Amino acid sequence: MSKDGSLGYLTTRLDAVIDWGRKNSMWPLPYGTSCCGIEMMATLAADYDMARFGAEAIRFSPRQADLLIVAGIINLKMAPILKTVYDQMAEPKFVISMGACASSGGIFNVYSVLQGIDTMIPVDIYVPGCPPSPEGLMHAVLKLQDKVARHDTHAHRRIAAAAGKLIANPQRTQGA
Amino acid sequence: MDIRKPIPTNGGDWNTKFGETWKAQTAKLRDKFAGAIEEIRMPVEYPTDVPVIYVKKDQIIDVLGFLKSEAGFEYNFLSDITATDEEADPRFEVVYNLLSHTLKCRIRLKVRVKDGEEVPTACALWTAANWQERETFDMFGIKFKGHPDLRRILMDERWVGHPLRKDYPLRGYQVFTEPMAAKPELLD
Amino acid sequence: MADPTGTNYSLPSGIDIHHGAHHDPDDLWEDSRVIVNVGPTHPAMHGALRMVARLNGETIENSYCEFGYTHRAKEKLGENRSYHNYIVYTDRLNYCSALANNVAYAMAVEKLMGIEVPERAVWIRMACAEIARVIDHLICVGINAVDIGAFSFFLYGFHQREEAYTLIEKLCGARLTTSYTRIGGLMADAPEGWEKELKAWVNKTRKTLDEMDRLLTGNKIWHQRTVGVGTFNKEQCLRYSYTGPNARAAGIDIDLRRDQPYMYYKNVEFDVPIAQNGDVFDRYAVRMEEIRQSLNILAQIADKMKKGPIWTEDKRVRIPDKEVVHNTMEGLIHHFKFFMTGFEVPEGEAYSAIEATNGELGFYIVSKGGPRAHRMRIRGPSVYHYAGLTEMTNGEKIADMVAALGSINIIAGELDR
Repeated sequence: MSKDGSLGYLTTRLDAVIDWGRKNSMWPLPYGTSCCGIEMMATLAADYDMARFGAEAIRFSPRQADLLIVAGIINLKMAPILKTVYDQMAEPKFVISMGACASSGGIFNVYSVLQGIDTMIPVDIYVPGCPPSPEGLMHAVLKLQDKVARHDTHAHRRIAAAAGKLIANPQRTQGA
Repeated sequence: MDIRKPIPTNGGDWNTKFGETWKAQTAKLRDKFAGAIEEIRMPVEYPTDVPVIYVKKDQIIDVLGFLKSEAGFEYNFLSDITATDEEADPRFEVVYNLLSHTLKCRIRLKVRVKDGEEVPTACALWTAANWQERETFDMFGIKFKGHPDLRRILMDERWVGHPLRKDYPLRGYQVFTEPMAAKPELLD
Repeated sequence: MADPTGTNYSLPSGIDIHHGAHHDPDDLWEDSRVIVNVGPTHPAMHGALRMVARLNGETIENSYCEFGYTHRAKEKLGENRSYHNYIVYTDRLNYCSALANNVAYAMAVEKLMGIEVPERAVWIRMACAEIARVIDHLICVGINAVDIGAFSFFLYGFHQREEAYTLIEKLCGARLTTSYTRIGGLMADAPEGWEKELKAWVNKTRKTLDEMDRLLTGNKIWHQRTVGVGTFNKEQCLRYSYTGPNARAAGIDIDLRRDQPYMYYKNVEFDVPIAQNGDVFDRYAVRMEEIRQSLNILAQIADKMKKGPIWTEDKRVRIPDKEVVHNTMEGLIHHFKFFMTGFEVPEGEAYSAIEATNGELGFYIVSKGGPRAHRMRIRGPSVYHYAGLTEMTNGEKIADMVAALGSINIIAGELDR
């Protein structure tokens, strides 16, 4: 360990390599409930190919996925199931809240709708739009990749907190 | 200008096409079910697009069965069962929308029912009524007598209250921490 | 506890694998019955649907279906939002064919108000409804094929859907949730040359459809997976109030475009494909043929469309143009009243149904005067189709259930509203 508390050169390089691998092979769990699910399908299809950025292997099992893309409305009936799926995922896990409905309830401020999934699970990236266009979702995935490279996601903070050590090279930039 | 204006492009000309048919049908219904029919509202006198027949709740199944099978009526297709909360007395009106595949015309039946009263189920006539009546129960609290499986369908089974009633608030959230369990006993 | 294969094993005491269900120790297959929860989060379920099935080996003995995991209270919102505001909620019904829902809702309110829509608006609305039909059918057969295992079939169709999105973007700026119609007309006119692009897209889609046809329609593997699977005959379809391609695949000859004609469907020529058996293959074939018929209708509409106004001048529903709003007092007040209070719809009730992609999409609107509806009931065809799934799949293998579910085209937005 260096004098200022940051980790040594070799371990930071190793962290960088591991996170490089993580960000370029993110396996999404497409949690598509409604209209945003169709735009998520469009992003994964041939025209706006998500495979270009490594997020091609979609896995519907939470044990095998590391990126939870919540695309669509989350109901009060569905909310406990989302929590269960999120809990079943293995660390490090990232969450993208796609669309207005997942981020905040959207245009549906009604008795049956959860007003934002961040009331239940920590979200890394919010994608505005109703539905966001596939470019928006891809921008979100790329931003998430940048965040992973900077060790700036909730997953990293949890891992660091669990290990009781400082995050290596936290480079949190303004407005990102 | 309201619904009485006949506009062909949005189906507003049904009265021109089926006016005579409906007059004959409602006359026959009045003869056969004189005691059961409370009121008939015809299209041009009232602001409605099809005749609305108010039936007493105990005889609704007889009238529906007659409409379904009788020649000249042949309303064999159930489009919809729903309800409205009138906030008057009696509180609810259960609405049946029917379509005839052979005559290509529609008709509407309504049953006025007080809060707490039961309406006989139409499941014997159409199996589609099963889920629609469950939904009407879920949203309004109207019970259907003789329904094989009357429980909530859209809302969580632990939900309290009936959302589409006028006194239920738009934002009446009820949060659950456990998902709805599977019920193996329903499979037996 | 003995098992049929003869290998001795026993469970530790205290574990009850029967979950309180009927336990018959003489039943030979007792231990091979499994209760499977095809839960709301599942790749094969379209949207959030849940099916709990009791399997005997691979065969479904009994099942029950649940929905409501995407319930967004649109009917309650209909009582709390003005008629103009409600247009955005109608897109989110059948979100694969959002334009059709917009058209259906606008027609329902216009029926209540006695408003006649100008001719060009009706032609464009017809084109919207038919484009919506084509793209929804492409998704439906595409996803059905993906569930069964044919993935590239989906990609062909999806590319045409992306090109349709470009057409729709030219109309209203949005790909999926369009909110294009207004009460009394349309939001904006189709741009110059849109008809030509529509015809070009129609021709390209016809060719793509031929390619897709060559992939699956004569394919022996596809036949083995879909012929005789998920059969729902005419009598069952009528009992469950099936409409649309699912009903026509069983032989029910009803198409609201032909039988209760609305818009200008009397002025275009099209056929209504009917099949006999009501199995998954028939639904696929009816949908493919309906796409072709819709493409024919679109080509005819592109020829018949003429220039003209696209919004009625009826002052009750016409939002004044910006020049009028900014430069005249009356325009300003009219604009203000329109958006703050909402226009009033006279008392009345109407059930207005169109032949949407999935079947009969009906809006039953009860108005007691005033700017908000008293009751906004949406008759979504998917509810009726999903109700029949239990009867359709009893006795079939669980893999066949996946094929059958994909073929009846459940859209969660329409199902749960």
